[in-house]
Amino acid sequence: MMNTVIESAETTKSEFAEETPFKRFTRNFFSSKIATAGFITLCLIVLAAIFASVIAPQNPYDLTQIDIMDSRLAPGGQNIDHTLTYLLGTDEQGRDMLSAILYGVRISIIVGVVSTAIALLIGLTLGLFAAYFGGRVESLIMRAADIQLSFPPILVALILLALMGPGTSKIVIALVAVQWAYYARTARSAALVERKKEYIEAASGLGLSPLRIVFRHLLPNCLPPLIVIAALQVASAISLEATLSFLGLGLSVTEPSLGLLIANGFDYMLSGKYWISVFPGIALLVTVVAINLVADQLRDVLNPRLQTQ
Amino acid sequence: MLDFILRRLSQSILVLAVMSLLVFISVYAIGNPIDMLLSPDADQLERARTIAAFGLDKPLWQQYFIFIQQALSGDLGRSFSFGTPALGLILERLPATLELAICAIVIAIALGIPLGLWAGLRPNSWSGKSIMAVSILGFSLPTFWVGLMLIMVFAVQLGWLPSGGRGETTLLFGVPVSFLTLDGLQHLLLPAFNLALFNIALVIRLTRAGAQEALLQDYVKFARAKGLRNGRIIGVHVLKNILIPIVTVIALQFGSIIAFAIVTESVFAWPGMGKLIIDSIRVLDRPVIVAYLMLIVVLFIFINLVVDVVYSILDPRVRLSDAKG
Repeated sequence: MMNTVIESAETTKSEFAEETPFKRFTRNFFSSKIATAGFITLCLIVLAAIFASVIAPQNPYDLTQIDIMDSRLAPGGQNIDHTLTYLLGTDEQGRDMLSAILYGVRISIIVGVVSTAIALLIGLTLGLFAAYFGGRVESLIMRAADIQLSFPPILVALILLALMGPGTSKIVIALVAVQWAYYARTARSAALVERKKEYIEAASGLGLSPLRIVFRHLLPNCLPPLIVIAALQVASAISLEATLSFLGLGLSVTEPSLGLLIANGFDYMLSGKYWISVFPGIALLVTVVAINLVADQLRDVLNPRLQTQ
Repeated sequence: MLDFILRRLSQSILVLAVMSLLVFISVYAIGNPIDMLLSPDADQLERARTIAAFGLDKPLWQQYFIFIQQALSGDLGRSFSFGTPALGLILERLPATLELAICAIVIAIALGIPLGLWAGLRPNSWSGKSIMAVSILGFSLPTFWVGLMLIMVFAVQLGWLPSGGRGETTLLFGVPVSFLTLDGLQHLLLPAFNLALFNIALVIRLTRAGAQEALLQDYVKFARAKGLRNGRIIGVHVLKNILIPIVTVIALQFGSIIAFAIVTESVFAWPGMGKLIIDSIRVLDRPVIVAYLMLIVVLFIFINLVVDVVYSILDPRVRLSDAKG
């Protein structure tokens, strides 16, 4: 609300600079060099993940393309008829590490984004309802969130996976369960502030249904803080998934994410074959740090209190 | 105050009841332990006998009732793979985990406070900025990955320290500990540092923020006006004032250190509770999983209760600075 008021005042003041909210947002976002670098890196990673099947020298899941004779080759090694160079070496099954990493990044990002999106949806809805209805509903939802947040995320995920067993859908459930409470809390506190404003009063005065008020009027105004948390949570979800997969509680062995690739290489690291673990680890690291940089900048840009001009 | 504690306590009991039901039902829903206990060529009679011996032929609610009854008397079943009581098995591993966690806290304080002070006193210097940059890494790097890198550098490449295990232990008050022998200490160093990493970053940030705030206070100006040496002002006056919240926050981190020990123990093959639970999950050793989960929930409920009470006594600003951890 405040933003649009300030912006409209600004645009009328200077007729020449036609700055839409989006343009203003991008200008603010790219004012930091390190955030820009993070954003570019993240774009490259996402593109590489999307086009993994095109870029990758081989399909790491296609057993016909993998030659066991090429297993555990050092980076730069070549296959027997010198048609393929393994830039980052091969793992114990003769898989090209570069291809495995590209596919692994894809799985890690998908798991991170999907679980964050589902958790955001659930947490947001519960938080908004808690704020709008108050009373019993509110105390039930918020108590549940309190209790859950009193346990560290890794422990909650571990308990759930110990109970449900491994698998892609199970790990998404665990990651959703770990995250929803953050969104519920933030959405509730944002909605409590918004609820007291006149436009909500006007909307309920018009006789609109609670569902419509919550989703059409309350929701859009509570989004900015949630976007920031969601961006940060994608990074921690990817990191947590990698940790759980490393512990053998995460994704299935047939479609390894980065964590599982690192775990596979762990056994060989002690004998000096570092590349099986180290390169997926670097990919994980760069992804997580890039997301964090972008999310940090988003937080500064979307925070109206920090916007001076 | 008493009202507050009683309310929290009743809430804790509710959580425990829900957890026990959840754990029981879910654990009994995954996999059939009979398939694991018996060889595939066991005949029907032997099968029925084993099912009866473990009480698996009774209705589920009856099994749960028996489980609760036994749990209250400290019996959480026998491990399928070890054949010993599950609770005893876990308690046996408890000292190793505690030793690791306490060492991690000691390292976090011993490294974090000097580095944080340095960064707080010279916030614009090159060294101060790099300390803060490293502390950001400490927050965002996955623990297991740092552990792997530590092993690769110090155990594989340099060969200075062992890559895993607990090393030689000696008995201290009847409890086996590693830190009294050189071999044990060498084994302890890497995992403890790995576990400490997140908390080093936390202590650095807390100390830096505290030092910057303290330096503006009147008592520091007064000490300077008195002509005290800089070292004494920092070491005595500033440090004394910022130490209390730091130590409190770190003590409150104890629970999550125990939780994160699961990862560190698995990486460094440290024979603690965390490694036991991961191994047990892999082989579907139900009683151990159940016992561990119940024990860790009780532990956390207790820690959280203490935290809540301490928080309600302490400065509320501590709650804000800890909210991210």
